[in-house]
Amino acid sequence: MNYDKIEQAARRRDRVRRTITYLLLTLWALIVLFPFYWMLLTSVKSYSAYNGEYVPSFFTLSPTLQNYVDAFTTVNLARYFTNTIVFTLATTALMMVVIIFAAYAFARLDFPGKNLVFALFLSLMMIPSELVIITNFVTITNWGMRNTFWGLILPSVTSVFYIYLLKENFEQIPEELYKAAKVDGTSDLKYLFKVMLPISQPTVVTIVILKVIECWNSYVWPRLITDDEAYFLVSNGIQEIRENGFGRENIPAMMAAVVVISVPLIILFLVFHKKIMAGVSRGGTKG
Amino acid sequence: MMKKNWKAWLYLLPAIAFLGVFMVYPLVDVFVYSFEEGYNSASQTFWGTGLYNYSYVLHDPYFLQAVKNTFILVIITVPVSTGLALLISVGLNSIKPLRELYQTVFFLPYVTNTLAVGLVFMILFKKTAYSDGMINLLINFFGGQSVDFIEGPYWAKMLVMCIYTVWVVMPFKILILTSALASVPQSYYNAAKIDGTSKWRTFTRITLPMISPMIFYLVITGFIGAFKAYSDEVAIFGTNLNAAGMNTIVGYVYDMLYGDSGGYPSYASAAALILFAIVLTITVINLMISRKNVQY
Amino acid sequence: MKVVLQHLTKKFPSRSKKGEEVVAVSDFTFEIPDGKLIGLLGPSGCGKSTTLNLICGLEAPTSGHIFFGEDNVTRLPPENRGVGLVFQNYALYPHLTVRQNILFPLQNLKGSEKLSKQVMLEKAEEAARLVQIEKLMDRKPSELSGGQQQRVAIARALVKMPRVLLLDEPLSNLDARLRLQTREEIRRIQRETGITTIFVTHDQEEAMSISDLIVVMKEGVVHQIGKPQEVYDEPCNLFVAKFLGTPPINVFSGEVRGGVLYIGEDGVLNVKGVSDRKVYVGVRPEGFVLEAAGPLSCALQAVEVMGRDRSVVSTHPAAVSEAIRAIIPSEEEIGIGSDSVRFALKPAKVHLFDAASEERIPFEV
Repeated sequence: MNYDKIEQAARRRDRVRRTITYLLLTLWALIVLFPFYWMLLTSVKSYSAYNGEYVPSFFTLSPTLQNYVDAFTTVNLARYFTNTIVFTLATTALMMVVIIFAAYAFARLDFPGKNLVFALFLSLMMIPSELVIITNFVTITNWGMRNTFWGLILPSVTSVFYIYLLKENFEQIPEELYKAAKVDGTSDLKYLFKVMLPISQPTVVTIVILKVIECWNSYVWPRLITDDEAYFLVSNGIQEIRENGFGRENIPAMMAAVVVISVPLIILFLVFHKKIMAGVSRGGTKG
Repeated sequence: MMKKNWKAWLYLLPAIAFLGVFMVYPLVDVFVYSFEEGYNSASQTFWGTGLYNYSYVLHDPYFLQAVKNTFILVIITVPVSTGLALLISVGLNSIKPLRELYQTVFFLPYVTNTLAVGLVFMILFKKTAYSDGMINLLINFFGGQSVDFIEGPYWAKMLVMCIYTVWVVMPFKILILTSALASVPQSYYNAAKIDGTSKWRTFTRITLPMISPMIFYLVITGFIGAFKAYSDEVAIFGTNLNAAGMNTIVGYVYDMLYGDSGGYPSYASAAALILFAIVLTITVINLMISRKNVQY
Repeated sequence: MKVVLQHLTKKFPSRSKKGEEVVAVSDFTFEIPDGKLIGLLGPSGCGKSTTLNLICGLEAPTSGHIFFGEDNVTRLPPENRGVGLVFQNYALYPHLTVRQNILFPLQNLKGSEKLSKQVMLEKAEEAARLVQIEKLMDRKPSELSGGQQQRVAIARALVKMPRVLLLDEPLSNLDARLRLQTREEIRRIQRETGITTIFVTHDQEEAMSISDLIVVMKEGVVHQIGKPQEVYDEPCNLFVAKFLGTPPINVFSGEVRGGVLYIGEDGVLNVKGVSDRKVYVGVRPEGFVLEAAGPLSCALQAVEVMGRDRSVVSTHPAAVSEAIRAIIPSEEEIGIGSDSVRFALKPAKVHLFDAASEERIPFEV
């Protein structure tokens, strides 16, 4: 046997394999990043420069911020933006209150019928939102809540899945801690806020982040429930801009708006990417 | 003790109230709607009960088009995205330097507003009076003919749709598969290496069986997700999906409910229930297949 | 197949950015004779597992060479080395049956080495017979006990008749009773096949009981290589002396003056040919003899009955170890009620170590 040859062949195979792997991964990274690059690039090209390019160029020598000014002045981008922030914060805050109390009841308290109620909750996880949205639309309309924040917020302030996640987390807190707190004369509510929540902080943060992402990107419900521009969220705003904004297809300004809308979540992601990815792999799905 | 019970129900009250009003009641109601014939949302009256709504929906050419579109989308994007994600995850798992950077980049689409990025895809593929668009120039470069992907032939629109859907669903799949791959103990690979197992055989005989539960999980959730496709379509083709011939079942439901063609909650309910039946059937079939193939 | 290690060294880059690199194995030179059972012994983190990985090819050495017989296999990928490895957690494929697990390595063979299905099945049966698991062939690993899984893992490693068999902590996942049984089993299998076998363990008793040769390692450095009894009787330094033997060796600090060994103020032993210096004195538990006029006086703490023997626990101001443990045959009388006990020492069970270098100092009685 020629050992040198075997050894060399093995090393060559390894090198080839590694090169191909990196090429493949880089290719996909480019596919992922290219749309982001393109939106950023287009957003700083001037209107005339963009429309003058038959062959779009991959860079620009005279970047301009005019499109961003247009995005905020010609259409009501600032409005959409604040609406979304209000909607996101209010929905997330309300939902946290609802699910924390529910998870607390399931995890900490004993009452007749608990298991049955919890099983009913879990079975609701299988219900697709498409099925219930029809009646919700009618309900909210009948309540006269179209084009109000309450109409936007109310249907999405509970999540069975997050109650489940938080309950599981609460249950991992050792029973001894509760007994110790009881001996010290801590009230149940105080125990929840001073002990259980701080201990479950990672899960709470994960839920908040996932909910914020969901709110920021929500499109279907807001579209059904608002037709007054004053209550549009960014997703509807983008659709509005696309169909009626900026007059003659001002794509650079459109891209500026897209950048403005995408940036908050991208920053959130870059800061919390480990938490977000861990949270999603624990059971999130898109949609 | 009585006091304790009373307290527990108080803690649960908000959740139960919201779920009752916005989940349980609608669930019952959607069946009721779907059987109420000639329901008028303005006067809230109807003139009969029966299966007419279903029959109407099933004979509506827009619905049939939507079903066709949805099925094509599902059949193409689920296998393609799962396979591609598997390929990328295996690659990711085999490298050390830069791994975390790649992982982070690959996950980026998950957190972005799909409506916003859809617009970027639209301008990349769109052919306008001024320019044929990036993708067409690329096609020209390789000697092909320009195609209008956004307002052109059906297959071209479907292609863009599939490409964008795959782009959107990949982050979740890559994430799940990389963590599944990472959880296969290294000692199995070492054992295989010492036995001289070829890379391919290691992959098919060890890696695949070990992560098969996760692959089936992804296929099932992938099917469910793809059947509910809607906002990605809006992102690319605009809100009037029927006109573009690119509507999906969910899109049909919403169009029936609201908008220019809206005001028919009964038709919407019937369509939604048909969709639910389709998804349920496919999921049960999937589960039966996976029961047979996932061995431990 | 003899295995030769020449100046084998493995360094790992440091975890922290500034720190020094970690030397896992340092300048290991050893010729393992054909057909022997070798125990690599040391506390955790001593580099024994790294050595194993170097021999089987899962890691490449930083410098040095490995020969199997006359073949230099240093840079050879593992599959071309002809080694079998049994993992600490067995690494049995959970989705395959026992038979499929054992067949797995054979199915990898390519080209001229390729076997017919019939031959493969026969070989698998043969390997299974060797480790006595023929009846379990159609079960899944999850349906087997720890000891049975261990046997399957050995069968899988043996089925290709490797040139060298490597076992990584083969007994650590088994309970005490199975451990005794399995180590005899490993000894038997090794004898029957005659394959050069190297196993790694942190349990000195395990290594001593079945190895032909043991290698004692600490922090990447080989301290001593030899037959188990030799290493026990003539440890080369204080570390080896302390690491081998249960109960462990008793250590005193002492001094040699004029050919006499003193522990505290008691002159306990004549040690010819040792120049005057400070020393550590190691006394094996079985090296104490009860003697009313014995030179070493200790404060009696307790007497533990162990059946055949008794263990006398006492203290001494010069002792480095907290308690001194002496093993005394049960027949011997101990003055019960007294609070001190006097010992004479068996010279063969007493080892002197230089107080500075901790190397053993030979002496004549």
